Amino acid sequence: MSVRRLAKEQPSSFEFSKETMEKAQWWIKKYPESRRQSAVIPILWLVQKQEGWVSEPSLRAIGDLLGMAYIRVLEVATFYTMFQLTPVGTAALIQVCGTTQCMLRGSNELMRVCREKIGPKDELSADGRFTWQEVECIGACSNAPVAQINDLYYEDLTPENMAQIIDDFAAGKTPKAGSYVGRHTSEPVGGARVLTDPALYDGSAAKKIKKLPNSEPVAEKAPV
Amino acid sequence: MPIAKVNGVEVEFEPGMTVLQVAERAGQEIPRFCYHERLSIAGNCRMCLVEVKPGPPKPQASCALPAADGQEIFTDTPMVKKAREGVMEFLLINHPLDCPICDQGGECDLQDQAVGYGRDGSRYGENKRAVEEKNMGPTVKTFMTRCIQCTRCVRFITEVAGVPDIGMISRGESAEITTYLEKNIDSELSGNVNDLCPVGALTHRPWQYHYRPWELKKTETIDVMDALGSNIRADSRGAEVMRVLPRVNEGINEEWLSDKSRYAVDGLQARRLDRPWVRENGKLRPASWDEALSVVADKIKAASADRIGVIAGDLQDAESMKATLDLFRALGSANTDCRQDGAALGGEAREGWLFNSGLQGIENADAILIVGANPRTEAPLLNARIRKSWLKGGVEVGVIGPQADLTYDYNYLGAGSKTVGKLPKAATDFLTKAERPAIIVGAGALTGETGPAVLNALGALAKKVGVVKDGWNGFNVLHAAAARVGGLDMGFLPGEGGLDVATMLKPGALDVLFLLGADEVNADASGAFRVYLGSHGDRGAHGADVILPGAAYTEKSGLYVNTEGRVQMAERVVFPKGEAKDDWAIIRALSERVGHKLPFDTLEQLRTKLMGDHPTFGRIDYLAPAATFDVAKLGAKGDLGDVAFVSVIADPYLTNPIARASETMAQLSAERMAPVALAAE
Repeated sequence: MSVRRLAKEQPSSFEFSKETMEKAQWWIKKYPESRRQSAVIPILWLVQKQEGWVSEPSLRAIGDLLGMAYIRVLEVATFYTMFQLTPVGTAALIQVCGTTQCMLRGSNELMRVCREKIGPKDELSADGRFTWQEVECIGACSNAPVAQINDLYYEDLTPENMAQIIDDFAAGKTPKAGSYVGRHTSEPVGGARVLTDPALYDGSAAKKIKKLPNSEPVAEKAPV
Repeated sequence: MPIAKVNGVEVEFEPGMTVLQVAERAGQEIPRFCYHERLSIAGNCRMCLVEVKPGPPKPQASCALPAADGQEIFTDTPMVKKAREGVMEFLLINHPLDCPICDQGGECDLQDQAVGYGRDGSRYGENKRAVEEKNMGPTVKTFMTRCIQCTRCVRFITEVAGVPDIGMISRGESAEITTYLEKNIDSELSGNVNDLCPVGALTHRPWQYHYRPWELKKTETIDVMDALGSNIRADSRGAEVMRVLPRVNEGINEEWLSDKSRYAVDGLQARRLDRPWVRENGKLRPASWDEALSVVADKIKAASADRIGVIAGDLQDAESMKATLDLFRALGSANTDCRQDGAALGGEAREGWLFNSGLQGIENADAILIVGANPRTEAPLLNARIRKSWLKGGVEVGVIGPQADLTYDYNYLGAGSKTVGKLPKAATDFLTKAERPAIIVGAGALTGETGPAVLNALGALAKKVGVVKDGWNGFNVLHAAAARVGGLDMGFLPGEGGLDVATMLKPGALDVLFLLGADEVNADASGAFRVYLGSHGDRGAHGADVILPGAAYTEKSGLYVNTEGRVQMAERVVFPKGEAKDDWAIIRALSERVGHKLPFDTLEQLRTKLMGDHPTFGRIDYLAPAATFDVAKLGAKGDLGDVAFVSVIADPYLTNPIARASETMAQLSAERMAPVALAAE
């Protein structure tokens, strides 16, 4: 992780959209009035949803909204790497996991595809529609290699899949998320190997429960 | 009281103390970087590790661990030694070894503790990280590569100064201390972060590369930039005061110092009067002492006693004021005044012009009404105290007068004398229901024609709501000038039938006007023969007919009385410039020439006379407990009118000749005051 700085070029202003503001108010109400600033992380997130990234004017707007010093908002925004401080691709923000499991399963190849099709890491593509990043473990190791694209996980990827996905996004489509080897969530490839008896799922194996386990009061033990 | 054992020695402690404090109480020094007594506890440097039983078998950060009864604390076991060495080694992984070119070198916590607690080498051969420099304004020079992320500066500026400008961005190895987009720190206490910084990351920008700490002569003295009389240590090299640092005085400045008190010292080297001058045919020419004094003596002797007068300045020591006052009384003149701002103070009871609750005592007040003052500019460290008290939640503040950002919340009650005349019920209520209410009156409320009436009305209010009662005197006058209380204490006021400052300055009022370091008045219209005695070529010297070069506050030993009435002695740090002399000695020499030789030949004799005539001056460094007095007698009944109070300090960085000669102050004034002026337009 390198030093996180605000983008050099910044928009001149920032406005909360009506929808963002409504959600922001919902978050602010969750906290006591004197602790408004507790809502800073969700609101930064909402702003990123609205704009795609967190701009400098938006940091000030959040500071004003929550009655915080601007430096305090900046501290939070620079602490968390999921807040994008520079503009990201409008079509897709591709976050390829590069941690051990994904690396062993070929994430380097995925990144090579990204580099060839989009450009250097962490930089906006020439057309402004794509950004790709290498991120730390995103917690889907059994489906390695994984990439998070916008809000969804694309799992079990091959370089060919990756290329196709990028092409699809470029064409304005939203490719299907999930596993690309046809498995259900993180089941083994080729289907489940245990708990395969259909009777488990049709209700025939169910028995009426006579009493809930551990539901009876514990007998008081005599003091020793 | 609970008892803990430190290295086998039993020590009593107060509940709530941390292990570090208990160990200190037992006389064991614990190394630390992030921990500071006056700031919140961060616990992030890990240098204060100790071994504690009972507890987990690993070193514990003593600064953040509450001590418990029966606890055993070890500060000298092999585990502690190893832990300290490990932390030290970690801190030094990324710290540059540039001590030879570092301004902190020689007085650096990291340096000292590396020698005291560190290993002799490092096992880390990797490249050190480098961090970009950050702009923090004209007072703070940054070398962020040296930063060890203790966050003392962040905590100070947020908690004590109340201006949350500094923060730590990013995290882990990338963490950096900065201000928002590198804007300047907008705090009048910003210089303290340089003192707090345990390494050379934040250093004093005005003194950058000017000195090495070990080549300085250190003199403990008193600050005169505001009326608090902050305790300072002035460090000099040769004939130059290189820097000013705060000394600890719990009753006054704790261990902080305002930027003006600290950085105005470069003004001591500029625009100095170093030889007498006499005006001849409209032009000043250098003269000898003999000639200059003769010219003055002739003029004084030629004028009738009621046509000569003297105005004493804001930085004047008590001795020179006493000598001048005695001389003019001997000459038969009653035209003496020390109140350049024209505040309606002085006369009867001494409590009438003092900050009676004391600076420390103001923290006990549970309701404070500030009238016609902006404590943030007039007395920054008093403001920090009020903020401290406000943060604790024990005080409610109301303000009549200038509406400024004071770093704490207050009820704004009104703009001026009209509000004092007809106080809103809310105002009287919050004072009445308070147990220890206080009123802080600034000179801004007491100037002009309505001054005496405002003082009277406030006195009546003070009496009504119990500001002055048995065991509590919360009637506080906040002066802005270091010399003022001393002048009032010795009665440097118009005598019987004498003229005050405003009338002395009127055209044709006087034949000879003596300005004793008085630079804040405009005497251009007076038409009198003007004599200026002072240290700097400023307003007073500008139109003077004779200039007598005096000593600045670091160049003479003198008594100063702060706004609480505490008498303190300033010491000579360096000698006066060129041919300049001690102020009192000049007056003494002049007295001989006008035929009224003053009865003292040494400073000690003068002091003896001063203390004999006014016993309060004999109580050096002593703050008398506040006595009660008849507060309703203050001032004079009269029409309050409708005058909006303005703080007597328009620009806190340009209040006196020394500050106006200082480059740093000019910079601060431009940086910090300009936006205010824009907003007011």
